[in-house]
Amino acid sequence: MADRVIRIEPRLETTRLASVIASVGGLMLALLIGAALLRAAGADPLAAYGAILREAFGTPADWAAGRFYGLSDTIVRATPILLTGLGVLLGFKMRLWNIGAEGQLFMGAWAATGIALFVLPKDTPKPLMLTTMALAGMLAGGLWALIPGALKAWLGVNEIITTLMLNYVAFQWISFFVVAGPWSERGFQLSPQFPESAWLPRLTDYAHRVPAFAGLTAHLGFVFGLVAAAALWLILYRSRWGYEIRVIGDNPQAARYAGMNLARNILLVMFISGALAGLAGMSEVAGVVHRLQDRFSPGYGFSGIIAAWLAKLNPWAILLTSLLFGGLLVGAKQLQPTGIAFMLQGVILFVVIGAEMLTRYRLVIARHQAVPGGLGVPAGLEITPTDPPTRGEG
Amino acid sequence: MQGIVKRFPGVLANDHVDFTVRRGEIHALLGENGAGKTTLMNILSGLYRPDEGEIRVRGERCVFHSPRDAIARGIGMVHQHFMLVPSQTVAENIILGLDRPRFLLNLPRIEAEVARLAEQYRLLVHPRAKIWQLSVGEQQRVEVLKMLYRGAQILIMDEPTAVLTPQEVRDLFHTLREMARGGHTIIFISHKLDEVLAIADRVTVLRRGRVTAAGLPAQSVTKPELARLMVGREVLFRLSKAPIRPGPVVLAVEELWAESDKGLPALRGVSFQVRSGEVVGIAGVAGNGQSELAQVITGLRRATGGRILVGGQDVTNRPARVVIENGVGHVPEDRSAVGSVPDLGVDENLILKAYREPPIANGPFLDTGAVERHASHLVREFNILTPRLNAPARLLSGGNLQRLILAREVSAQPRLLVAVDPTRGLDVGATEAVHRLLLAQRESGKAILLISEDLDEILALADRILVIYEGQIMGEVAAEGADVNTVGLMMAGTRMPSTAVESG
Repeated sequence: MADRVIRIEPRLETTRLASVIASVGGLMLALLIGAALLRAAGADPLAAYGAILREAFGTPADWAAGRFYGLSDTIVRATPILLTGLGVLLGFKMRLWNIGAEGQLFMGAWAATGIALFVLPKDTPKPLMLTTMALAGMLAGGLWALIPGALKAWLGVNEIITTLMLNYVAFQWISFFVVAGPWSERGFQLSPQFPESAWLPRLTDYAHRVPAFAGLTAHLGFVFGLVAAAALWLILYRSRWGYEIRVIGDNPQAARYAGMNLARNILLVMFISGALAGLAGMSEVAGVVHRLQDRFSPGYGFSGIIAAWLAKLNPWAILLTSLLFGGLLVGAKQLQPTGIAFMLQGVILFVVIGAEMLTRYRLVIARHQAVPGGLGVPAGLEITPTDPPTRGEG
Repeated sequence: MQGIVKRFPGVLANDHVDFTVRRGEIHALLGENGAGKTTLMNILSGLYRPDEGEIRVRGERCVFHSPRDAIARGIGMVHQHFMLVPSQTVAENIILGLDRPRFLLNLPRIEAEVARLAEQYRLLVHPRAKIWQLSVGEQQRVEVLKMLYRGAQILIMDEPTAVLTPQEVRDLFHTLREMARGGHTIIFISHKLDEVLAIADRVTVLRRGRVTAAGLPAQSVTKPELARLMVGREVLFRLSKAPIRPGPVVLAVEELWAESDKGLPALRGVSFQVRSGEVVGIAGVAGNGQSELAQVITGLRRATGGRILVGGQDVTNRPARVVIENGVGHVPEDRSAVGSVPDLGVDENLILKAYREPPIANGPFLDTGAVERHASHLVREFNILTPRLNAPARLLSGGNLQRLILAREVSAQPRLLVAVDPTRGLDVGATEAVHRLLLAQRESGKAILLISEDLDEILALADRILVIYEGQIMGEVAAEGADVNTVGLMMAGTRMPSTAVESG
């Protein structure tokens, strides 16, 4: 009796190409699964995807006519995803699983709001106001992330749990201030509006010089994201500190052996990770809503995690993935049922993580002779152990 | 076994191997590490399936899907790493995984049977002892008993002597001969020529997955002949050493105490000195405090008492970085888990200790040009075989990885080099290269602390030998004319007066 077995064998080396194929292929498969789900919900998947694309990026006809509203909205949505994504990416490089970017974003937004409304006078010059808000936002997000960082560095507390739980504490903190709290405007669940000196410049503000910019709300926060991506790449791949981060991430024992200080690096990385998320919060309140609202983020901090992962922790690729998820949020706004954007995000993450396995293992279909009544491994999945020449994956 | 082929990604582990053993013989399977010995035996014992080829047991064609199928045909394997449950007794471990008895466990009956087997083959171990109470040698006996209890007629022993003292090796050999006389077949996997010649009736040699000699009678071959078959070229067994010119004391360890990971005392008042230009060997059976000793000296484990002086400076319980900056190089026991960063490139692994200082460091940045020059220089000088300078370190073979680590540690120009099992798992050729490197360091005036489980290695390289047992130094002998029996007794815990002439 001959039957086939599928064996999973480790690959020696993952090529860059295989990695890209897995990401793109995973994305395609996720869209197919999403289409099936849309169909099951009674929608026309092709029409839905078409609508998402049109909404998020516009059509060639729009571009020819100089209308870039879709693209601009996508950039607005991508900005907090990019900043939080870069933050968690830095942590992930060191295998520090900060999934509290959402809470850190809220704390950053809170601190920036405090500066804009209650610390600096209304007529503060714009550069000074915005710089102070950005620094305060980064400090607040960084310190918020430093709590789980310190617990991890000194007591070995699992940061996944602590960063996750601190999200909810941050949500309540914001609620306390703006839901009928000290910062609430006449009992509404939002703070008073910021003075204009605390608004990040938007493209539309320059419409008097470039008429095509009229109505485009993309703001300076996206430039923060671009600068942060470049800085992160420089740190990770060109600096001594980034080298330490990568060594610690790959093999903490070797890092200790090389005399690297693990605790200090955990504290630093967590702080910067949280600071970037805090900057995302500042850019969101100063660039989009111009006030602090309860639950103003639809989960940017979580989308950032997915964007970082889909980008394979590459600080350049995350520019693309955050635009993708930003576009999804913009495009799916018009669709019923709501929540399609998050459904697709979830499916994408799921499939891409699954596809990642194929970059490290390959499936081999082989015939084998089965012995009647033979014991042992049933036909089907069989993991072939590696021989000493190659080191097994973790 | 006929025409066995087994491929692993990128490696042809067995290339049309034919292998035949007869009833009642001790057949050695000899080869360097990575030659495919263990793979071949894993196929025979049902752990792997061959890609091609067939297995016949007593003329009958068999296909094994798991070790269970193999044991049903009377083939059992004792692995290098024991598969025992520490909290259970010998008898419980022996019946572990068996179908019988199905419901009621009659332990006393099983214990009696185990005791009978133990008696018959002189595998002395108490059936009711818990595994954690047993020494490594005794645990190995339990593994052998396990296979005998399952009715193994063909017993595969994978490098069984690696963890034993010389005395335990003698007992094991005695048992194996006894079993062969009783009609059992023993397949003895090894890369140590002396023991193969001492125990085997016939020898099969593998090199790079192919058979280079099949079933040679052991009486008719010599050690150099076997070595040539195994390595493919002539091998020098004793490296010539220049006479020692010990200089000033580089490392002084005074009454050092430390605990193991479990919080038990692992070092109990260890004192010794290493001078520049000499190799001091620490011999002992694995797990007697050697790992902890290396870790405490290199700043990776806290000392609970005593002092460590490097070049006269107290580095006790200072961070690893301070110890490194004091000129201590470290070739760690575990190459892949400690000594290298598997997913980073060879080039980035080579700067693991040099990245803080110029020329590699350029302010807060790394000088990528200098990293590349550093790497290409060391790869050439130390003959590290790598496809590219930035190929991930995990792709390197054991010997190449060890050369990488040595290149890195030696290029930092340390005063003291602490090397732990520097040739474990390396083949004869790679071992020779590592030994030459260490001796070259000695001649250039470095102090070398060699901690090794391989007594032959210590005898070949060390100028003075200290034996460690349960965290204490049992005594010191000069390597010149050292008596293996004396060292063996010390390894088993007998304290000896110092026979070495203390130099200064």
